[in-house]
Parts: sequence; C-alpha cells; structure tokens
Amino acid sequence: MKSEFTQPIGKISNIYGQCIPLIGNDIDTDRIIPARFLKCVNFDSLGESVFEDDRKTLKGRHPFDLEENKNASILIVNSNFGCGSSREHAPQALMRWGIKAIIGESFADIFYSNCIAIGIPCFTLPKTSIEEMQNYCDNQFLFLEIDLKKSLAKSNDLTLNLEIRESSRKMFLSGEWDATSTLLDNGNLIENKFNQLPYIKFNSHYS
Amino acid sequence: MSQDTLFDKVWDLHKVSSLPGGSDQIFIGLHLIHEVTSPQAFGALRDKNLKVKFPERTVATVDHIVPTDNQSRPFKDNLAEQMIETLERNCLEHKIRFFNIGSGNQGIVHVVAPELGLTQPGMTIACGDSHTSTHGAFGSIAFGIGTSQVRDVLASQTIAINKLKVRQIWCDKKLSKGVFAKDLVLHIINELGVKAGVGFAYEFAGPAIDELSMEERMTICNMSIEGGARCGYINPDEKTFSYIKNKLCAPKSEHWDKAIIWWKSLKSDENSIYDDVIKLDASKVEPTVTWGITPGQSISINQQIPLLDDLSPNDKLVAKEAYEYMSFKPGQYIKDTPVDVCFIGSCTNGRISDLRVAAKVLKNKKVSKNVKAFVVPGSEKVATKAKQEGLDQIFKDSGFQWREPGCSMCLAMNSDKLIGNQVSASSSNRNFKGRQGSPSGRTLLMSPAMVAAAAINGKVSDVREFIN
Repeated sequence: MKSEFTQPIGKISNIYGQCIPLIGNDIDTDRIIPARFLKCVNFDSLGESVFEDDRKTLKGRHPFDLEENKNASILIVNSNFGCGSSREHAPQALMRWGIKAIIGESFADIFYSNCIAIGIPCFTLPKTSIEEMQNYCDNQFLFLEIDLKKSLAKSNDLTLNLEIRESSRKMFLSGEWDATSTLLDNGNLIENKFNQLPYIKFNSHYS
Repeated sequence: MSQDTLFDKVWDLHKVSSLPGGSDQIFIGLHLIHEVTSPQAFGALRDKNLKVKFPERTVATVDHIVPTDNQSRPFKDNLAEQMIETLERNCLEHKIRFFNIGSGNQGIVHVVAPELGLTQPGMTIACGDSHTSTHGAFGSIAFGIGTSQVRDVLASQTIAINKLKVRQIWCDKKLSKGVFAKDLVLHIINELGVKAGVGFAYEFAGPAIDELSMEERMTICNMSIEGGARCGYINPDEKTFSYIKNKLCAPKSEHWDKAIIWWKSLKSDENSIYDDVIKLDASKVEPTVTWGITPGQSISINQQIPLLDDLSPNDKLVAKEAYEYMSFKPGQYIKDTPVDVCFIGSCTNGRISDLRVAAKVLKNKKVSKNVKAFVVPGSEKVATKAKQEGLDQIFKDSGFQWREPGCSMCLAMNSDKLIGNQVSASSSNRNFKGRQGSPSGRTLLMSPAMVAAAAINGKVSDVREFIN
C-alpha cells in the first residue's frame, strides 16, 4: 500500500486527485475483488488484492500496476461498472487502494449504494466525455478538482459538468452519508411502522 | 412514475420517512444474513456501541464458505472456520435465530427462507447478497444490500434507498417442452441487456409466468440482478399461497385467512401504471446457453456465437473480451463444445424441482468419463427430500458426486473450484471471468436439465434429445 489508509469521515465537498482510467463495460465486482478474498472478517487487507486476477493476467500492464498511477485517486470507468455481486468488499478494496471518487458512464445499483455508504462519490458523464478523459490519460497526467457543491470537475484545460444523484450529493455535503445515525433519529417513526405492518402480527409466532 | 403496482403498494407501506435529497427510509420486514457480508456489520455496531433493534426480524444461515465434502468441525480451511465461528458468536450475542449446519434447515439463504415460510408476499426483504431478488417470486420487494446497509438494518431495521422505477416484462404464451425458467430468464437478459435494469424493479407477468411453479418463479426473480435490476417480483396467486401454507413460519389458523385477504390486495392493479413495459413471446424461447463473460451473452442451443458485426456498438467491447477469454471464435456453434466440469446447484437452480428434472435426464445414463460432475443441493431440506425420492442414488449411479448443501462452485469460496481454463456447464447464475474459482476458468450457464445432458455427452447438448 502506498500510504497510510484513513477512512473518510464527515463532510465531503472537494476532491482533488490524479485520474486513473480503466477501460471496459460491465466490469463486475468479482473482477474488482475475487471471491477468495472475501474470506475475512474485516476489510483491512483488501487494498492490495483489488483486481488481483486481471492484474496477474496483464503482468504489470494493468492501470492499477502502472508506476505513473500509483498516487491516482479518481477512477474513470465506462458503463455498468460494479455489476454482479453485492459485496461491499469491492468498493472497500478500491478505497483502500487509494480511490476517493469514481467517474463513469453508469454504475450498477448495489455497487453505487455501497460506494455512497462508505464515502466514495460516484459521478456520471456521457460516453464521449468519459472516452475523451480516458484518451487524455493515455498521453498525460489528468488532475481533477471536483467540487461537489457545483457538481463540477476542473483540470487545467477541461471543465466537466458532473451528474450525481441529488440525494447523494446532499448527503456528502452535509456529512450524513454514513446513514446509521440519520436513520436512528427517526426511532419513533420506525416503532410506529413496526406496529402498523400487518404481517408482523400474522407472524408473531416464530418457532 | 409507476402507480398502483405491487411495488408501489409495498414501498409506500414500508416508507418510514423521506430523507433529505429524495431518498426514502424504508422499513425492512425480513433481514437475512450469512457469514460473508455480516461480520463487518456487527463489527461496526460494536464500534458505534449500537444494539440490534429487532433481533427477531433477522434470520441467519451459513452457505457461502461451507465445504460440501466434509462438513465436520473445525473446517479444514481455517478462514472458513473463523467466519462460521464469527457468525455463531454474533448470532448468540445479539439473539438472532441461526440455522446452522445439521439443524435440518441450513442451506443457501435464498433457498432456506422460502422453504421455512419466512418469505411472504408484501414484505420488504433485504440481505447482503445480490440474489436476494429471488424472494420477489412471492410478491415481496426483495433486494441485495452491502455490508454498510446490513449494519443499518441491524441497527435500525431500515435503510436509505432511492425508489426504483418499475418495468413490466410481459411473457406471452408458454414455454415449450424441454425449455425451462432458466432459459426464459437468460433469454430476457439477452434481449434487454445486462444494464437495462439499472434503476428499475422488474415485474415479471403474463401467461408464461402464471404457468410457472414457485420454484421456477424463484429462478426468474433470482436472475433479475443479472439484468441489472436489483429487485424482481411476481404478483402472488394461488400457487404462492399454497406454497407458503403450513410452512414452519407461515401464518397459522385465523392469521392465515387474514394474510390471504391482505396478500390478494397487494397485486398490481389492472390499470396500474408502469415506467416501461416490454412484451415477449415465451413460446419462441429455446434451450439457452451463455457463451461469454456476462449473463447477457447467451444464444439458443442451435445458434452460432455472434459475429462482431452483428452486435451493437455498445456490446462489441465486451464481446471482444469474451471471445478471447473463452477461446471461442465468432460464428462457432455452441452445441458440442466439450465441457470438463458439470455443476448442478446454487440459489438459482439448486431446489428439489431442479434436482428432479436433472435426475430424470440422468436416469439409467452415465456421465462421460471426461467430465467431473457434482450436485450440491440448495439446502438440508432439499437434500433430505431428494434422498427420500431416491434422487441421490440416480445421481450417484450416473457418476455425479452427491454433496452437502451450500453455495459451492457458484462462486467457489470453498474448495469446489475450476482448475486452469476448464470449461464448466453450470446451473448457477454468473459466468464472469474467474467466477468459479480459477482466474482463467470458463463458465457456460444453462438449465439443470441442460447440465445433465452435457454431463452425459461430455459436451454442450440439446436436452430435448433426451426427454422426447
């Protein structure tokens, strides 16, 4: 691992970092972190195993192995990124490798929720913009300053209007993306709902 | 925006509050947990000094890491042993019901909950597993969640989630002989694509769906996620009710009558509004096999692997990757592709009806000598029933290995793995690169009957030639 990992906490409004392009549609969570690495009771050591099998196959040529990308933190992907298994181990592994934000054409639903829940904002852009960024990265470093307040990403010569789900954007700006305490604030409403649901009474007797 | 569908009714009923920015706080009626995605969630509860809010609404079993050959404890694999011990400890500490190995009720979480009658219409069901969509077969709204959301459900019995749109997939006519629910769902995913379901719940409906048994409906809903839909469901009917009746956790006596009335009221209204409707003719579906590295890359048994020029620009990139990884040539026929391993099992196709149909194909036949074939029942109940019916003997006589229940080689977290670039004919749900335990292993998804046919011939075969 390149540097000491610290979990994000609180408000997330600006992210600055180098982009790392990863080309391919439908990259599933089995590829991001193969199932054998799920045999763990914490997420701590996942960072080094991210894309393990893809990296071995490419023998050092995988973007996550290139020396020039070792400090990158903004991942640029294509469509349906993170499809398949619900394993949160996938975004946890990316985060522990150093990824702080992801920009892509589209994301699988569960992967997207998992990213939001652990503090990795995911943004979307049209296919052409993504490809433009990925091509740009082929020849030179692309550093982006992401501003969540304005949903903007800027580099020396690019300005991009990022799309992000409004609920996610607000949660990051207010620091409430770690949902547990927000949910628990409605303790009374939860109790009321529990008491109203018809099937709770049908099934009072579990044996 | 959808209106008056079952999805809308169940969602509205479970909505606790509107959260800032537009997501909803949704009450989870049934929370299922297993050993892989729960330990970190319990760890987070401990870190935050929180309790499990409604321990009786969470049910646990162990499935992903269990060995299927020798289940005596401690497991040979230390890490697997550590995971089951952690789950045992967490359930004990938080007073959560746990169906452990040997309880008679252990098995793949999505097989176990329906057979215990835990899965019922009108519930919201969540589990740290993407195939939670399976439970939608009963008219529940069921979806996979990650570990942070498992933590949230344990702590609050709710999650923050954006409401999904609803697409109805209307399946006209009925499946022809030798064509199964698995073929239909592979066909649907191929037609719509693997990302069409992002942001949607899928409502499967129409005469072909009505015709299906509950277990077949589970196969359909199970694979919604492979089409990108986190949630898939089918409106409940008499088949649903009779499946649930008398199950261990089903409503009993006067509660049963009330439950039926309520369940019937949940169906999508006749004039309900969908965000999208797709219609297809189920009678045209043929035995279907995947040839690539996504569940959308499938063809009928007599078709050729598509040429690059036949594919849409969006599909070309993954197709190129697939030809290379699978060592298939565009235009090649899928039929007669040699297979090394045959696997029957998983939350998609590891239920008793799946074993029955495969056993019917295998009866008085022998597995090809070049093939390693094994069957992993979806649960202890499935295994017991199969033994009562003598299915285990049919499998063993044919040359299949008969194993203990678990997820097994669907995702290969135990010792059941492909070796090198072996080709497997598999009744599971994912043909992703490396999915079945070897970084270069190749998976062909198909129905359990088709796996049985492939096992006999040692190559991909048309099961209709065996059952006529």
